[in-house]
Amino acid sequence: MATAAEKEGVVLLDFWVSPFGQRCRIALAEKGVEYEYKEENLIDKSPLLLKMNPIHKKIPVLIHHGKPICESLIIVQYIDEVWSNNPLLPSDPYERAKARFWADFVDKKVYECGTRLWKLKGEAHEEARKDMIEILKLLEGELGDKKYFGGETFGFVDVAVAPFTAWFYTYETCGKFSVDEECLKLAAWAKRCKGRESVSKSVHDPHKVYEFVGKLKKKFGLE
Amino acid sequence: MGEELKLFGVWGSPFSRRVELALRLKGIPYDYMEEDLSNKSPSLLKYNPIHKKIPVLLHGGKPVVESLVILEYIEETWEGNHAILPKDPYERAMARFWARFLDDKCMPAMWMSCWTEGDAQQNFMKESKENLSILEGELKGKKFFGGNAIGLVDIAALFIAHWAGVLQEVAGISLVNEEKHPILFKWIEEFISSDIVVECLPARERLLAFFQAKKETMLATKAPAQ
Repeated sequence: MATAAEKEGVVLLDFWVSPFGQRCRIALAEKGVEYEYKEENLIDKSPLLLKMNPIHKKIPVLIHHGKPICESLIIVQYIDEVWSNNPLLPSDPYERAKARFWADFVDKKVYECGTRLWKLKGEAHEEARKDMIEILKLLEGELGDKKYFGGETFGFVDVAVAPFTAWFYTYETCGKFSVDEECLKLAAWAKRCKGRESVSKSVHDPHKVYEFVGKLKKKFGLE
Repeated sequence: MGEELKLFGVWGSPFSRRVELALRLKGIPYDYMEEDLSNKSPSLLKYNPIHKKIPVLLHGGKPVVESLVILEYIEETWEGNHAILPKDPYERAMARFWARFLDDKCMPAMWMSCWTEGDAQQNFMKESKENLSILEGELKGKKFFGGNAIGLVDIAALFIAHWAGVLQEVAGISLVNEEKHPILFKWIEEFISSDIVVECLPARERLLAFFQAKKETMLATKAPAQ
């Protein structure tokens, strides 16, 4: 007897703390799609991962009926197009372009700046701190007084940013600032996201993220 | 769509030329504004305050930025003529994947191959050649990346069809090589044999002179590569 996951034919190759993988988990949960989750060991990548993503050898990879899709925002768009319930992208082309812009902004800025924030020291660290606050303020500017980036409904940009809320504690601690103080609206949005089942089931406790970064720091000889 | 359509670009940029190609393939008239990147116009800074870059597409007063985002916007707004993305979600995901591969991996490695020296250059060249082989694999059996007609990936790969050859000449290196990449070479020939594509390309001589001058400035000041 085939399981629901087997019937849907969806497999997700992922790594527990990856915000990029979490985007896919959130999107699948929003659509109510059953799938098989496979945790990858990034130090010893599985033959399946190397076969399904030979070019980048990275997670996440979504495998649907045996065919791989790579790159988290491309995966989320694919999920949105295949399962048309609870649309994540708006229907208007201009609004879609804006959503894609902001998701791309998150990709270009947040993770890279966050990495500089926990890795670097001195002046470079100070610059990373300033940059991170600016990035968060820009995101908050886009959010405005809306409930979600998608307006009344949880949308594409919300999916793109939500996993990073688990990293706020790490950024705050490394950068010695408070998201509540600098970006009250964004902090409120983060709490609203946490209250959504798709997010709370997919995203880990911020302290676990901080622990993970601590281990990375030791590995890089930074502690 | 009778609304005003304006494109802010730079003559030598493969990114703004991509947008021009998509608009021309779809037969959409537009006004073009040449930007001077050393002296950005108030309009550019107003319409792209975050990145302050070209291209910017202004449609009915509303700005769209980031070339790949613009291409998808053009596809969705003017659906009827010359589709640049397939209808099937999996094929669309693949097209998006290859467009990102070109932007995130191929172009930076090729660019850096031309502006670095020594070991750094060797590494970038090795990476570039690997990327080109990967692209060859994707093209196999097809006239264009988009199949029988020019699609999103072909438009995104415009850099390889035109700029790469000029940069290689300026740098005195060989990256796209007819022997090693026969399929890609054939694609370049096919691609730039299209009148519409040729209309969108900056004159080779002008591009060559521009990059030669850039190289001379670099050598004169011994400035680090971009």
